[in-house]
Amino acid sequence: MEQQRSHIYGILGEFATPQSLIQAAKQARQAGYTSIDAYTPFPVEGLNEALGLKRTFVPLVTLIGGLLGGLGGFGFEYWVSVISYPENIGGRSLNSWPAFIPVTFELTVLGASLAAVFGMLAMNKLPQPHHPLFNVDRFQKHASTDRFYLCIQADDPKFGLADAARFLQGLKAEHVSEVHDD
Amino acid sequence: MSTLEPPAADKHPHLQRLTPVLGPGHTYVSITDKISSIVLTRPVSLGWLLGFGICFAIMMLLMVAITYLIGKGVGIWGINIPIGWGFAIVNFVWWIGIGHAGTLISAILFLLNQKWRTSINRFAEAMTLFAVMCAGLFPLLHTGRPWYAFWMFPYPSAMGVWPQFRSPLIWDVFAVSTYFTVSLLFWFVGLIPDLATLRDRATAKWKGVVYGMLAMGWRGSARHWQRYQSAYLLLAGLATPLVLSVHTVVSFDFAIAIVPGWHTTIFPPYFVAGAIYSGFAMVLTIAIPLRKAYGLEDYITMRHLENMAKVMLATGLIVAYGYFFEFFMSEYSGNKWDVFLVAQRLHGPYAYFYYMLILCNILLPQLLWIHKIRTSVFMLFLMSLIVNTGMWLERFVIVVISLTRDFVPSAWGRYSATFWDYAVLLGTLGLFTGLLFLFVRVLPAISIAEMRELVAHSSEEHE
Repeated sequence: MEQQRSHIYGILGEFATPQSLIQAAKQARQAGYTSIDAYTPFPVEGLNEALGLKRTFVPLVTLIGGLLGGLGGFGFEYWVSVISYPENIGGRSLNSWPAFIPVTFELTVLGASLAAVFGMLAMNKLPQPHHPLFNVDRFQKHASTDRFYLCIQADDPKFGLADAARFLQGLKAEHVSEVHDD
Repeated sequence: MSTLEPPAADKHPHLQRLTPVLGPGHTYVSITDKISSIVLTRPVSLGWLLGFGICFAIMMLLMVAITYLIGKGVGIWGINIPIGWGFAIVNFVWWIGIGHAGTLISAILFLLNQKWRTSINRFAEAMTLFAVMCAGLFPLLHTGRPWYAFWMFPYPSAMGVWPQFRSPLIWDVFAVSTYFTVSLLFWFVGLIPDLATLRDRATAKWKGVVYGMLAMGWRGSARHWQRYQSAYLLLAGLATPLVLSVHTVVSFDFAIAIVPGWHTTIFPPYFVAGAIYSGFAMVLTIAIPLRKAYGLEDYITMRHLENMAKVMLATGLIVAYGYFFEFFMSEYSGNKWDVFLVAQRLHGPYAYFYYMLILCNILLPQLLWIHKIRTSVFMLFLMSLIVNTGMWLERFVIVVISLTRDFVPSAWGRYSATFWDYAVLLGTLGLFTGLLFLFVRVLPAISIAEMRELVAHSSEEHE
């Protein structure tokens, strides 16, 4: 099935306002389309719900990064000060943990931040220099400035080229274009 | 479609005095055009060339100063025993403090949902990065042998030794490098959608390729935005305690020592407040010429400038409280070294630095209580320069006065900076300003995507 339609990525509808895009996204889902995505020049409130997006894993990844950073940081300081290079300074305790807290804290923040950013990029599958949508002229001109797009993708089980195009026109999309893979 | 109407004054009487955070009549397109044109289509002006040229010349002075320093050693500076820290540490603390306002604006005001942060956060974050770069130079050069600076990082060396994790100087290494890394990430994540805008609007192919690579193929997908917003919010939440921790750790460099005037628990909060104070002063110093030069008065409005003046006033008062309690606790404790220190500040050889500090940091900024002064661009600019000077003097008073006369009179000394001390300080100012000149030409100085959001919100509110 994928093979047959490889030359078409989907059908793209253009909307003038965030409100009309949200409306269109809701109706597309009601009509039974499941493989849809929206493209906007800034994050639009209410769009995630309209598209039925699930929660992201970014917070979880960040938490894991922070835990690894913090535990790793403290563990390393402990290993250095107690195991690898113990220094007996007037019999003071080797595991002087309060003095290890600043570095532990900094490494927690560092680990969490790196995980948040690189986790976000990885889950978004970025960097991805090319995407079929960039083949659409109007998308290139307007998607990062002032227009709002809804794409019904060809891998949707309900997808039919003419049907989807007619459907988007019915939603009062200002332009409807086919998105080609190459 | 999304024109911003000025609020009707009769319906919202309380809004009458407030200048909006965005000038009237802006649309998605007008905002995108205006901000991206500074980078993409505006020709290089004579003023820019002149400004950058001067900064570049000063940067060359920095290079000469560093080269000579590496050749001859730190003896070319005014430092001696007992004043081993001198300008290098004064400048380090001053620069790193300046950086703090950028993170405060981008992270803390974001968490507090302050819309006026939107048009100033981008260049304030750039300011943070450049200030931390300047700051980082000083401890590096102050080591005397900067080529061994990697010894401060834990790496498995042939000598089998590790950094001393109980030392505040090592905490500093971790705090400052983490701060720089996280600030860079935060700044870059904020830039991604704008880089995509520049890619799509590029006027020449090579520009499109460069911005395209930096934008990493961002296409504004709702799924991407969802994760992006989540990551951005988390970064803001992480940067907030981080920024407070950085100047806290810097203050530990002093507070953990036993030198009179350093060994005090008020240092962390008072350093952080001072950092924000000087940082906001620096944001004003940059914002005022920037909005003038590029006609950004609609985006960086009087409201922004006035708000920043208010933050300066508030943090200035916290700093004043710090000074007062430093003074009070020294007298109240009856500790003879501390009592002596206060006398040194008031009547010692560097007393005029202390009085200048009080004048610049406490007395003159009280003028900001006056609405007329808060809304005068010229007075604000002047005030920002005064506060920057005052904060530099504060670091000087802390570092130098305490070190010149500590416990035993036979160990007392005097400090005066040499030409090379001033050359490095001036040089970093040139580096900082030069980087800012480059920044406004190659990256959008105001976040375009966030400004569009502001247009969308404002048009919804007034519909």
